[in-house]
Amino acid sequence: MTTLDLTSAVVVGGLFAVGFHLLLQRSLMRLLFGFLVLGHSTNLLVLLAAGPPGRPPVTGHGQDRASFADPLPQAMALTAIVITFGISILLLALVYRGWLLLGHDEVRDDVEDRRLGESEHPRRPGDVAGQQEGASGRTTGETPGKGEER
Amino acid sequence: MLVLIAAHAAVAALLPVLAPRAGRAVWWVAALVPLATLVWAAALTPSVLDGDAPVEHFGWAPSLGLEVVLRLDALSLLMTVIVSGVGAAVLFYGARYTSEGHGRESALLLAFAGVMLGLVTADNLLLLYVFWELTTVVSFLLIAGRGRTREHREAAQQALVVTTGGGLAMLLGFVMLGETAGTYRISELVADPPDGGYVPAALVLVLVGVFTKSAQFPLHGWLPAAMVAPTTVSAYLHAAAMVKAGVYLTARLAPGFADTEPWRPLVLTVGLLSLVLGAWRALWESDLKRVLAYGTISELGLLIALFGYGTRNSALAGEVMLLAHATFKASLFLITGLVEHHTGTREIGRLSGLGRRRPVLLTLAALAAASMAGLPPLVGYLGHEAYFDTFWNAARYGSGAGEEWMLAALVTGSALTVTYAVHYLWGAFASRPGMEPTPQEDPGDRALGMAVPIAALVTATLVLGVWYTGAETLTEPYAALLPPYLAPYHLALWHGPSAALALSVAAQIAGVLLYRLRPALAAVRDRSPRAPDAQKSYRRTEQGLDRAALGFTRRTQVGSLPVYLTVLLATVLVVPGTALLLRDTPFTAPPLWASAIQVPLGVVVLTAAVTLARVRRRLSAALLAGAVGYGVAGLFLVQGAPDLALTQLLVETLTLVIIVLVLRGLPAHLGPQRAQPRTRRLRLALSAAVGTLVALLAVAASAARRDPAVSAYYTEHVEEAGAHNVVNAIIVDFRAMDTLGEIAVLLVAAIGVGALILLPAGAGEAGASARSRPPAADRYPETARWGVPQDRWLPEAEKMPAHDRLIMLEVVTRLLFPSILVFSVYLLYSGHLRPGGGFAGGLVAGQAFTLRYLVGGRTDIAFAGRADPRVITGAGLALAATAGLAPAAFGGDPLATALPSVTLPLFGHLELSTSVVFDTGVYLLVIGVCLKLLAAMGPAQVPVEETPPPGGGAGRPAPSDAPGSRGR
Repeated sequence: MTTLDLTSAVVVGGLFAVGFHLLLQRSLMRLLFGFLVLGHSTNLLVLLAAGPPGRPPVTGHGQDRASFADPLPQAMALTAIVITFGISILLLALVYRGWLLLGHDEVRDDVEDRRLGESEHPRRPGDVAGQQEGASGRTTGETPGKGEER
Repeated sequence: MLVLIAAHAAVAALLPVLAPRAGRAVWWVAALVPLATLVWAAALTPSVLDGDAPVEHFGWAPSLGLEVVLRLDALSLLMTVIVSGVGAAVLFYGARYTSEGHGRESALLLAFAGVMLGLVTADNLLLLYVFWELTTVVSFLLIAGRGRTREHREAAQQALVVTTGGGLAMLLGFVMLGETAGTYRISELVADPPDGGYVPAALVLVLVGVFTKSAQFPLHGWLPAAMVAPTTVSAYLHAAAMVKAGVYLTARLAPGFADTEPWRPLVLTVGLLSLVLGAWRALWESDLKRVLAYGTISELGLLIALFGYGTRNSALAGEVMLLAHATFKASLFLITGLVEHHTGTREIGRLSGLGRRRPVLLTLAALAAASMAGLPPLVGYLGHEAYFDTFWNAARYGSGAGEEWMLAALVTGSALTVTYAVHYLWGAFASRPGMEPTPQEDPGDRALGMAVPIAALVTATLVLGVWYTGAETLTEPYAALLPPYLAPYHLALWHGPSAALALSVAAQIAGVLLYRLRPALAAVRDRSPRAPDAQKSYRRTEQGLDRAALGFTRRTQVGSLPVYLTVLLATVLVVPGTALLLRDTPFTAPPLWASAIQVPLGVVVLTAAVTLARVRRRLSAALLAGAVGYGVAGLFLVQGAPDLALTQLLVETLTLVIIVLVLRGLPAHLGPQRAQPRTRRLRLALSAAVGTLVALLAVAASAARRDPAVSAYYTEHVEEAGAHNVVNAIIVDFRAMDTLGEIAVLLVAAIGVGALILLPAGAGEAGASARSRPPAADRYPETARWGVPQDRWLPEAEKMPAHDRLIMLEVVTRLLFPSILVFSVYLLYSGHLRPGGGFAGGLVAGQAFTLRYLVGGRTDIAFAGRADPRVITGAGLALAATAGLAPAAFGGDPLATALPSVTLPLFGHLELSTSVVFDTGVYLLVIGVCLKLLAAMGPAQVPVEETPPPGGGAGRPAPSDAPGSRGR
């Protein structure tokens, strides 16, 4: 039997859609917001998957324990919230650091990644040198700040 | 058996150590080990042939079907004799043949002998596979030598790639066989072979492994290429031992599977094709070793066909040919080595007059070649007679499954074998008209040392032929396992005039005639359509794979994160989406809402989220993200999770404050969306589709629950933890280990933030940071100078310009700060009974400090916190860990909870729970993390040049630091 109500399903689906849409952007800040929204939506999903709403799982008032909401997903989601907080702030710090060092907060294309596929002789790395110019010419034009980050 | 295998390994490990001192003598040491194996096998022979197979068994991972089982039955005994006998001969030979690298070469050859011994005695499919691949690895090392030339490396690599590829197919086949039969024991599998299901596919896969290992057409290319290896290696690996592994496996499985389709057609086709084509190719080689290599492909084809045919007589013929091939082919390889040693070449065109000068060598070579050609009284003759007889009768009385063709292939193959035997012998030893005898150097007694092992092998081929009853005794027990479709054949040198004899003679005569007609044959060869060159097609395949991989990489690895994510999301959409569509239970209409308040909350959340995706101002985005979080907290509350809602609210507030603090250092607007409209539409469609998928999955998953929730246990036993709040009890008691890990992650994240923000950009990056100075920094003039605050409330606030101060907030903070702290402690200790707990308490305290930070700036936090945030954080983690470990000191389980109760004079009866200590650790850690983050965010809004790194503690900035604490 379906225990999930339509409203919750729509909210979760909508949050996931927005979260992934933000994650697909190139601005690191949007990525961060996407990460936050995805965190919310995942916690909500975990909680909703446990079943329909119930009473808070706190005993001691002579309550019927069968009417409790499932406490285990709550405990999981609780720690997940705190960890998401920690990781989001870490991401934020990375955004800030990237801004400080590179002067932008965008995810540029990884030129090194691209070069791998453009070498003629993948087995002999020594030969790749001649290919580099052609490779970087076709990318966004901006050199990524790889060498600057130490 | 295990002891012997271990002895091989141990001695092999010692040899390189001994080599620098012992020199050549290491070969003698090495040879002793297979010699001992040979003696051991000889001692066991009578009992094994009587059907008493010794078994050794050691558990390895029995639950996975992995066990070390070694078993020595008649077939294993035969192979053991070959492996150790030829091994000993080759090692003795190597002592004189090899001129450098004694330690490496002898050790590898000996290790190889040990691995082969394991392979032929293993009675578990997976164990056999392990040994099988070990032979591949050792052979790679042996062929590559020291990898000095490209030719060596390529040959070794080719052998490795081809045989490992086959081995992988074989492993898959083994697993399918083992899982179908329910056992991985080979003896049980063959005694009671599984049928149907995966078995035909499994057999094909296993046979692919066999064909690669035994170099059968069309996977044979690696064997001739491997002839770059030293003669010792070729003689042992490529004639006597490794390539026999495939034959051995065919023989091993034939009693169980010969009648299962498609075993017999496959084995016979490939085997007989290899027999004829290999022999044909051998005719045209001019390098003596390559002649022998193609000869080996041909002989192995014969052996696989004989064993694979799977009747008693064919198996007997196969075993005799196995013995014959091991002895004569090994001796011929060793003879080639000696020829090369004498003359410095093994090119037929450059050898002349060797036979006249080396009569002893010629005699040995002639005997070995005669055995190969099937001349009496050598063991090769016995084998030829046996298989001619078998297939003659099969053709006469057979099932009409093409036995005539098999007989024709066998006769052709035999004739061609005679031809290349003559080709070899003449090529190596004959005097060529009009050609000076090849100059020779006199190797002295080294030649003798090399000739003795050759003589031993040739003697074996002679003795086994003459003493045919002995040969039959050795081979009969295995053959008896197979169905005798016709009258059992017995080995003999003279059966009287028979069809087999006639065929044998005909093959001999035809073979010699063919050799006379070689020039004419060459014309035929040149005119006939050429079979694709295996070597070329291997190279082409290799290059093609390289190119395909490169092309694939070029297309898929574009270096763009959004593209990668798009691919991932599309996969998520396709794979679980398909599963969702294909499931058999239909969706039942869900209720519209569980509680009406969900609807306005949901509208708020979704509106905020959609707006968040569209705004361009960073601050608006941060506020909208906060709105989403608060809305979700409301939904948590509806769902019956007050703890969760509380934590979510607190975390959301803190996140919002920190994001806003950091935003001061970043431009006000997010970068413009530069993506093409098409890309944007794609992203929109994709994320909408994934969102829909998740919603459907959530509905499906909630409908798919069949079993009661595991948390019923926690709910029932919550009083045992001294708690009423089940969620809190789970966090600090039932699943406290998880919590410990989680707060450690939090700690690491906080350290990371501190490092990323507080670390100086460094001198080398001055250019980068100058370019990227956040423009917002100029808006915050230096407003305050302050000394070390000691005893005044909010000392920083007073040093700010009046227009920056918020009197109301200062007053409210002053009033609220202690109250909030007290409340946080209350939350911590009441969390066990009602919503709250360490996380919530710590976050509330964190809010209190945030409030002070907003009013008083960063130094005020340092003042208010007094202790270094790092110390608080570390103390929290240490406290939680200690509280977890403490019960162990009293003999309890780690993280167990005790419930002491005390009666205090004023408070009355108190029930305590030791898990509160653990929770206090969490509380402290969360406070520490909050302080650390606030301390780190201070410099986040000023350019690096103006913020020298804080020398000591993170919370004590240099006096010139600007507070800039207003996010306006």
